[in-house]
Amino acid sequence: MIAILDYGSGNLRSAEQALLRTGERVEVTADFDKCLEASGLVVPGVGAFGKCMDGLLRVRGDELIRKRLELQRPTLAICVGLQILFAQSIESPESAGVGIFPEVVERLPAKVVPHMGWNKVESNRNSEVFAGIEDERFYFVHSYAVISPEVSEDLLPSWSDYGAKFVSALEYRSLVATQFHPEKSGSAGLKLLSNWTKKIGA
Amino acid sequence: MQTSTTPYLNSPSLAVRVIACLDVKAGRVVKGTNFKDLKDAGDPVELASRYFHDGADEITFLDIAASNEERKTILDLVRRTAENIFIPLTVGGGVSSLEDVDRLLRAGADKISVNTAALKRPKLIDEIARDFGSQVLVISIDAKRERSFASGYEVTTHGGTRSAEKDALIWIKEAVDRGAGEILLNSMDRDGTKAGFDLEMIKAVREVASVPLIASGGAGDVQDFGEAISSGADAVLAASVFHYGSISIRQVKNHLANLGFIVRESYE
Repeated sequence: MIAILDYGSGNLRSAEQALLRTGERVEVTADFDKCLEASGLVVPGVGAFGKCMDGLLRVRGDELIRKRLELQRPTLAICVGLQILFAQSIESPESAGVGIFPEVVERLPAKVVPHMGWNKVESNRNSEVFAGIEDERFYFVHSYAVISPEVSEDLLPSWSDYGAKFVSALEYRSLVATQFHPEKSGSAGLKLLSNWTKKIGA
Repeated sequence: MQTSTTPYLNSPSLAVRVIACLDVKAGRVVKGTNFKDLKDAGDPVELASRYFHDGADEITFLDIAASNEERKTILDLVRRTAENIFIPLTVGGGVSSLEDVDRLLRAGADKISVNTAALKRPKLIDEIARDFGSQVLVISIDAKRERSFASGYEVTTHGGTRSAEKDALIWIKEAVDRGAGEILLNSMDRDGTKAGFDLEMIKAVREVASVPLIASGGAGDVQDFGEAISSGADAVLAASVFHYGSISIRQVKNHLANLGFIVRESYE
């Protein structure tokens, strides 16, 4: 069963429907134990970084993410879900992130922000979730991004370009995160989701 | 080959967007010249699905229902659409409270466009941006040429028939400062005329807008879309030309690609 963590307002329905297309059982829930035990956990991103962290803390989502990583259980974080894995964001300096990674999320240095629309992803050569969709476009909508992550051996970043090169997806141990919305990226996005569910054997 | 001269590109790879708009009333698609003479022309979910498969980059539902009773049907439409269509869906028309936004997002909308309610109470923009983020909020502006305003453009309501007594450029700047994440600029002079987008207005808005700009109103042939993008729009939106099949989304994208603009070419 794939659990989609429900911790605030937003469009969770698209993620649910897109994941159902992969043939998996899907449940939108805030139940800690269900989310901990699920074969895959999806952490969508909702609103601003600070607001997102507030909601996440209310359902102990930070603990869930850390614990699942520790137990090597698969988690997929989407959009602001990727950003909250980092230590902090310029968007909400008063809120601490989950802090799996030490960087600070920065504002995209572009004239027109948010970065909105279909952009290319230069996928990591060793990525499993981009198999068969290495050259596709995905749908982005965000104003902040991780621009210069620390290089570590088990972190596989994929890149996109908007005002600067930024991390558009990352794979780290049992964690996958995308800055774009796979559930809104047409057939390419559905393919990424089914690659993920296949990879984790959900 | 990049023949575009637009100075607004932020990315060597971001595609310009082609958006199909469906005007919806009581669960059905309608569209008429200048919002008069509405014709019934189909099931919104079916039509949205067709546009999705034809390569639309986004879908917009504009709910033009007059009553709250009619308005309830839009939630059901959004739910059904979200089951079938995995590209961004914007819903507008009659959105006037945080509860409206919450309901629509939960039903499966990705973005909400606000128009009249924000004119009446601009703080609504701040509140939506605070609670849901700027990325969900499209400020929709029905603008018209009017010399008595400093910029030469005024904001209108009621399908262009009433003045909102606001200068369009000043209102746009205010809306963006308050937290709107995108601008849907509809020319009420051109809406439904098929005479082409109001390019001067697009250029004027582009000069002051730091968020993505969608041009709407007046598309008649494929060339019009290229001109709107060349004038600074990040996205182009049309309803009736797609709707009645006089132009396909594919034709628009091919034309844009021939001009050197980047489009999303891989479809469903």
